[in-house]
Amino acid sequence: MFVPLLIQIYDIMKQLILFANLFVLLVSCEKLVPSLPADDELLDGPVEGLTSAQQAIFLEGDAAFNNQVFTAETGLGSIFVATSCGTCHAGDGKGHPFTTLTRFGQPDTNGNQFLNQGAPQLQNRALPGFTPEQIPAGATSSKFTPPANTGLGFIELVSDADILAMADPNDADGDGISGVPNWKHIPDYLEELDNTISQNGKYICRFGKKAGAYNLLHQTVNAYNQDIGITSVFEPKDVYSGLETDPEVSTQVVNDVVFYLQTLKAPIQRNQDDAQVQQGGQVFINIGCENCHKQTLTTGFSSVDALSNKEFHPYTDLLLHDMGSGLDDGYTEGGALTSEWRTPALWGLGLSPNSQGGQYFLLHDGRATTIQQAIEMHGGEAENSNIQFQNLSQTEKDVLLKFLKSL
Amino acid sequence: MKIFTYSYSISSQRRKEREGKTNSQVYFASSAPLRAITLALVLLFGVFSAANAQKDSAFIKRVLPDTAKIKLNMDAVYNRPFLTVGKLPIAIGGYLEANTQYSATDGVSDDFSFQFRRFTLFFSSTIAKKIKFLSEIEFEDGTKEINLEFAAMDIEFHPLVNLRGGIMMNPIGAFNQNHDGPRWDFVDRPISATTILPATLSNVGFGLHGKYFAHNWIVGYEAYLTNGFNDKIISNTENRTSLRAGKSDPDKFEESNSGLPMFSGKIAVRNRKIGELGISYTTGVFNKWKQDGLVLDSKRSATAIAADFSTSQFNNRLYIVAEVAKVFVDVPSTYSQTFGTQQWGGFIDIIGTVVQRKVLGWEKAKLNLGMRLEYADYNIGKFIETGGNIADDVWAVVPCIAFRPVGTTVLRLNYRYQQQHDLLGNPPTKTGIIQFGFSTYF
Ligand code: HEC
Ligand code: HEC
Repeated sequence: MFVPLLIQIYDIMKQLILFANLFVLLVSCEKLVPSLPADDELLDGPVEGLTSAQQAIFLEGDAAFNNQVFTAETGLGSIFVATSCGTCHAGDGKGHPFTTLTRFGQPDTNGNQFLNQGAPQLQNRALPGFTPEQIPAGATSSKFTPPANTGLGFIELVSDADILAMADPNDADGDGISGVPNWKHIPDYLEELDNTISQNGKYICRFGKKAGAYNLLHQTVNAYNQDIGITSVFEPKDVYSGLETDPEVSTQVVNDVVFYLQTLKAPIQRNQDDAQVQQGGQVFINIGCENCHKQTLTTGFSSVDALSNKEFHPYTDLLLHDMGSGLDDGYTEGGALTSEWRTPALWGLGLSPNSQGGQYFLLHDGRATTIQQAIEMHGGEAENSNIQFQNLSQTEKDVLLKFLKSL
Repeated sequence: MKIFTYSYSISSQRRKEREGKTNSQVYFASSAPLRAITLALVLLFGVFSAANAQKDSAFIKRVLPDTAKIKLNMDAVYNRPFLTVGKLPIAIGGYLEANTQYSATDGVSDDFSFQFRRFTLFFSSTIAKKIKFLSEIEFEDGTKEINLEFAAMDIEFHPLVNLRGGIMMNPIGAFNQNHDGPRWDFVDRPISATTILPATLSNVGFGLHGKYFAHNWIVGYEAYLTNGFNDKIISNTENRTSLRAGKSDPDKFEESNSGLPMFSGKIAVRNRKIGELGISYTTGVFNKWKQDGLVLDSKRSATAIAADFSTSQFNNRLYIVAEVAKVFVDVPSTYSQTFGTQQWGGFIDIIGTVVQRKVLGWEKAKLNLGMRLEYADYNIGKFIETGGNIADDVWAVVPCIAFRPVGTTVLRLNYRYQQQHDLLGNPPTKTGIIQFGFSTYF
């Protein structure tokens, strides 16, 4: 009589303990799920200090950029390169050769002669039943690997005056470096920005490998049209038929995406206080890398407080430089000569493998698979700097690379 | 996971009352589907109120399952608990499942949510000797999706030759045929069974099935021609080849997208002591290659092969079920490699009963501990540009604790740890999900 009762009580206790454990488990949920990677390990995420209204637009743009996949039904193609922005700009980091764009034209700067044959961009993929574009005979071409999309809002806000102050077309200071802006005609739908200086109806362009795009709206409209085959009110011509169509992406979405790009945070340097990283930073300046990869720029006024009048560290001068015959693909864009490339920002460089499939694909077409290779391929105006790099001791090279990887 | 089959019979007195109600309801319901649903609900409530009001157990007869007969996964549709109401020629059944979950991906949490996953009703009837009918209606995520998953008639000419026609589950893999929530100790359906093979996959068509019994062995086959997939397999917002996307065609019960039938077939062998092994195959043209007599594209096929295995050992105290599947899709070479030409995936569930005894008046309550391992590779191949591997894969491990007061009801606690790679093989996103839920036949 007594023993069965004890067993019964024991059983009930056991059940209670089991349920108590379950309860504890549920309460400590947060400890059981993967934690957030450190902020400096990620490229995506908004710049600090956005208002809640601005964060809401950021999220709209984020969703359109990363999740909106186009299909035949929603306007994809008929010829295209990829189905969404996010396909090529994974995690907002640098892209992979799979997501490379091909542009074609000719070696002189008198304007693209192949516009009626689909230039400047090759749409190398097509919906079932359609034939992708081919590069026409006689055209020259170049491949572009996607750059990271971080901190672009800051770059957009650098004044033209600041860019011109860094330019040195005739190498007046005799350092062998003669950066020039890319002066280009821009489409009518673009409104002049506050800090703009124009010359004979041409404007300074700053986005893209050859600085072919004026601002983020320009880049975004072109990306929808040329990369995905999506028309908008800004660019209503279909890449396949060459005819105007109804917009396939709404103006609202385009604006949200532009805002998203503008307010993506700038990459955060890691291990800033490490002595070797700091030494590496000094080597970077000493051997002339900083003459093009300018460490510090400032933004002008912006209605977004978080971006307005800020100092930031992109490691670029936004100018075109002659990089020598090795990097000359025979293709021009606007005023950019065949061997000229816009200095790429180096911020976020160390995180590239996280978006390039675990590897580095550097320079405009991803031909360099290590940072060292990328430096060793510098020619033309950067030849001198490259030679200085090669003459560094191994320890100096190591600290320099460590510094670059911390960016 | 043996499921017991119950059947209730309710006094004819009460049945009359209920029939009265039913008639008046049907009279008011206007459209056909609405009428069917109304009928179902009224019947259900009728049965429940009768069962509740009637405490006298003499009115309810419980029929124990026919354990002597060995069953295959392909029998799962009929091997469910049904309620028969007096002499009504129709038996009804169903199940529901709901859960609460807490999830986070790379530290970004979706916090707590309650999910009402599914509510399914089935109706079966024996129309005449050797002629059966069964239908299954599923309400998913509340009423966001309402699917007619099964509505077919079976005529038995011989145990080896049965004709099935109507809307039926395509016999691909085992999960697709045996997917009722209460049968599983996991809240989520296996990833590979829903995204590589697109459970639940059902289509309209007809074909044959049959079985051969010999001592401890049973061999079964199924062979059907049905409507197939559509262009969404490679034209979808999942941004990957997906049979799941390709099955969602509102017109699929009216016409075949390609104008050609899809074949699906399965052979399964079961030994009473060892377990069941199934091999299945389905193939068909999925694209609209021709319209109004004009050829738009070449014919493109989608093919899946699957193998499944299940076994129950130590007096049903150890249960193992596994399924692997491979998919081949004819993606145009000029389309994007984002859409793979081959995929594969699989899962294995290992469930052990650690306690089985009387608890709070349930005679054979069970406490199970188990584990699921699962994997899916959505794009087998190499990048043309680099020769490097195309990733786009996911794996997960899911330990579980399940309490089954009776065979038809399960309370389950799962923890899911999952890693997913994007196309390029970048560092994976890591997800943790804690789920607590129940699923029960009624
Ligand atoms: C097919 C791959 C691909 C797709 C799709 C794509 N991009 Fe890009 N993106 C690139 C490449 C390559 C570049 C470099 C282009 C250049 O230099 O002109 C680039 C450049 C950019 C830049 C300029 C970055 C800089 O540092 O100058 C922005 C901004 C951008 N893309 C936004 C977008 C948006 C928005 C979308 C979607 C509407 C998109 N991209 C879709 C490949 C892609
Ligand atoms: C004359 C200007 C100039 C100088 C000096 C210069 N660079 Fe560059 N750098 C460039 C340009 C322009 C590119 C892009 C070339 C291309 O895309 O083909 C580039 C590309 C790079 C890249 C690859 C970035 C990417 O995103 O692919 C790295 C890394 C780099 N430079 C580091 C250095 C280092 C280190 C030094 C000093 C040894 C240096 N650079 C000196 C102009 C310069």
